[in-house]
Amino acid sequence: MPTKIEKDAVTGKMTTGHEWDGIKELNTPLPKWWLYILYGTIAWSVLWAILYPSFPGLSGHFRGILGWSMRSEITEQMAAARAEQAPFLDRIRAASLEQVRNDPELLAYAMAGGRVAFADNCAGCHGAGGQGARGGFPALVDDDWIWGGSLEAIQQTIVHGIRNTQDADARLSQMPAYAGVLTRPQINDVAEHVLSLSGRSTDAAAAGRGAAVYAENCVACHGERGEGVRDVGGPALADAIWLYGGTKAEVVAQITNPRMGVMPAWGGRLDEATIRMLTVYVHTLGGGE
Amino acid sequence: MDAPTKAKPTPAQASQPASLYAAHVKVYPARVQGRFRYAKWVFLVVALGIYYGLPWLRWDRPGDAPDQFVLIDLAGRRFYLGPIAIWQDELYFVTGLLIIAAVALFLVTSLFGRVWCGYACPQTVWTDLYLWVERRIEGDRNARMRLDQGHRNGAYWRRKVLKHAAWIVIAAATGGAFVLYFGDAPTMLADIVTGQAGSWTYSFLGILTFTTYALAGWAREQVCTYMCPWPRFQGAMLDENSLIVTYRTWRGEPRGKHKQGESWEGQGDCVDCRQCVNVCPTGIDIRDGQQLECIGCGLCIDACDAIMDKVGRPRGLIALDTLAHMQKAETACAALPPGPARQLAGDTATADRRIIRPRTLIYAGVLAAVCLVMLAAFLMRSTTELAVLRDRAPVYILLADGSVRNAFTVKVWNKGYEEPHYALGVEGLPGAAVAVVGAPQEAATIATRADGVATNRVHVTAPAGARLPESTRLRFVLTDENGQEVVSHDSVFLAPKR
Repeated sequence: MPTKIEKDAVTGKMTTGHEWDGIKELNTPLPKWWLYILYGTIAWSVLWAILYPSFPGLSGHFRGILGWSMRSEITEQMAAARAEQAPFLDRIRAASLEQVRNDPELLAYAMAGGRVAFADNCAGCHGAGGQGARGGFPALVDDDWIWGGSLEAIQQTIVHGIRNTQDADARLSQMPAYAGVLTRPQINDVAEHVLSLSGRSTDAAAAGRGAAVYAENCVACHGERGEGVRDVGGPALADAIWLYGGTKAEVVAQITNPRMGVMPAWGGRLDEATIRMLTVYVHTLGGGE
Repeated sequence: MDAPTKAKPTPAQASQPASLYAAHVKVYPARVQGRFRYAKWVFLVVALGIYYGLPWLRWDRPGDAPDQFVLIDLAGRRFYLGPIAIWQDELYFVTGLLIIAAVALFLVTSLFGRVWCGYACPQTVWTDLYLWVERRIEGDRNARMRLDQGHRNGAYWRRKVLKHAAWIVIAAATGGAFVLYFGDAPTMLADIVTGQAGSWTYSFLGILTFTTYALAGWAREQVCTYMCPWPRFQGAMLDENSLIVTYRTWRGEPRGKHKQGESWEGQGDCVDCRQCVNVCPTGIDIRDGQQLECIGCGLCIDACDAIMDKVGRPRGLIALDTLAHMQKAETACAALPPGPARQLAGDTATADRRIIRPRTLIYAGVLAAVCLVMLAAFLMRSTTELAVLRDRAPVYILLADGSVRNAFTVKVWNKGYEEPHYALGVEGLPGAAVAVVGAPQEAATIATRADGVATNRVHVTAPAGARLPESTRLRFVLTDENGQEVVSHDSVFLAPKR
């Protein structure tokens, strides 16, 4: 119920003219500075909406007269980062792998860049630190190489992969399944022989019988004393490292019905500099030859 | 207009509910001359000289860092003080300096009262400088008061604009000098002037320009009275033996006008000239006793001494004195009537000024202890440090011949400007082979980076057939070419469960 605006006797302030049951409202306006800040923020928001992307439209949105966007900013930042990397990457492309490996500056750069590329592309199978995984994913930190651990051999493996169908030059080796070729006792004997190569056999007689079977079937790929043949990708059998496990049951299983892993070819997926950095990184993990 | 003192509530106001808001009364400090004023000028020139000049002091420094004596290199994470370079991991030296400064402030306050507030505080120094500018442009106290109350004519605006312009120039120079501590001063100044400095530089320059202008130009004594926490808790450092600015009541009261040639019998020395109030930068009346607002600058002493010389009374009606002495004098002259006899009794009542007392001893002891600890830590600081991080994936590597290898990341901090090569060895694992990636296999040497951190991959291989426990304690040792141990770091060697 509006009443007349009057001066309040107690406080000396004016009333607003609003009255409820005899209670009158004092006119206590917002402080000026507060209002000016409010107006200022409103003006600011209008300016902001004009300068920067703001209102949605039927097709897309208003992009602001400055043309700024988060996406273009990150694109610029990425381009700047790439420009900074470029001289190093050019040097890595131009140098031989051996030169990269021996130049402290390039080595440090390749190790850092290789670590990132490794985590992105390789860690899924070979483990975050190159430790490999059970069931046929080779460790890259040790000194046992199926296809060779020199810089060139590692690069070859990365570029073309192993047993894949995309790359005609992929490394290829095929171990036959001996389930139908050898009898069960023969498989048992040759498994004992293989274990004896690294001093693990528990049955000397069987190992002795297995030597003949080994000489007949296995020597071509795994070598006379189980040292492995890298040219054909035949893994060493006389060392302490077992791709598919070193217990007798696992060895028997591998002879009977072998498993063989596949590695994709990275030549078409990664650029040359990345592959070279990866090569050097893998080489420095511990087993480089 | 009456002299602007802080409003005391009148009896009529006291019956009303007390308002918590005190309207600001502008203070117009008058010009004064004397010993304390002179000391303040000297301190002002020295302090501002150091502040504005220090970034320009050069120091020939190897490496890429600018040749600046005092430099806070935020990008490089270094603090340079002449030949000393403090790295970010040694920030405790800077913390130590701050602790030393704080305890020294406690000690000085308990001995001499609020000398920090009155002489050394940046708020005081810049306010003094701003007041000096104000006085040069607008005149002394009375002229300034007239100007503010008079017409807003051309002369008024000319002076005001000139004053604020001068203030803003000083403020900008203050902000500008601050940012110069963070980079090469000549380069930065050129960049700032030509508009090529970074946004951070301009932001801080702007912020400090604004705070200097606002605090020294406008806020002034309100900073000390309302904003600053230090006056609130420094009461804990003061006691009855600390020097404070005091009005000697027994000598001054009863105050009143005095005609030249008349006897002083029955009258105190205070002629109620209000000079002590007029010169006060915080606008208080020291004759009301100890007050929170008093910053202990002693300008009222200078003002009063000049008046005492004029009226032919001894100096020291307002003086630096202790509460203990005030108490003694008060008691000694209580029975005597006002006049010279009473003043003599008060003057001769002395209280031994106890400089050595538990409070000062404790502050001095703490100060000495912190100084010694920081000095010892500084003298024993190593310029080479070693950190060893062992690989977690994989925790160990099994090699073809059955031996076990662990891989580590070894970082060498080199705080010097030489680049020595060190031999890296391990202790605790007999027969272990150490190989640094990128270094010749047989040597296991680690190259360092001058004024930087060198990161190396290191492989430690236990000999084949060594029957190792799951975990072996290992110590990495760097040795120089003479075989002397430089620095070491502990780690462990992990092997598979047997």
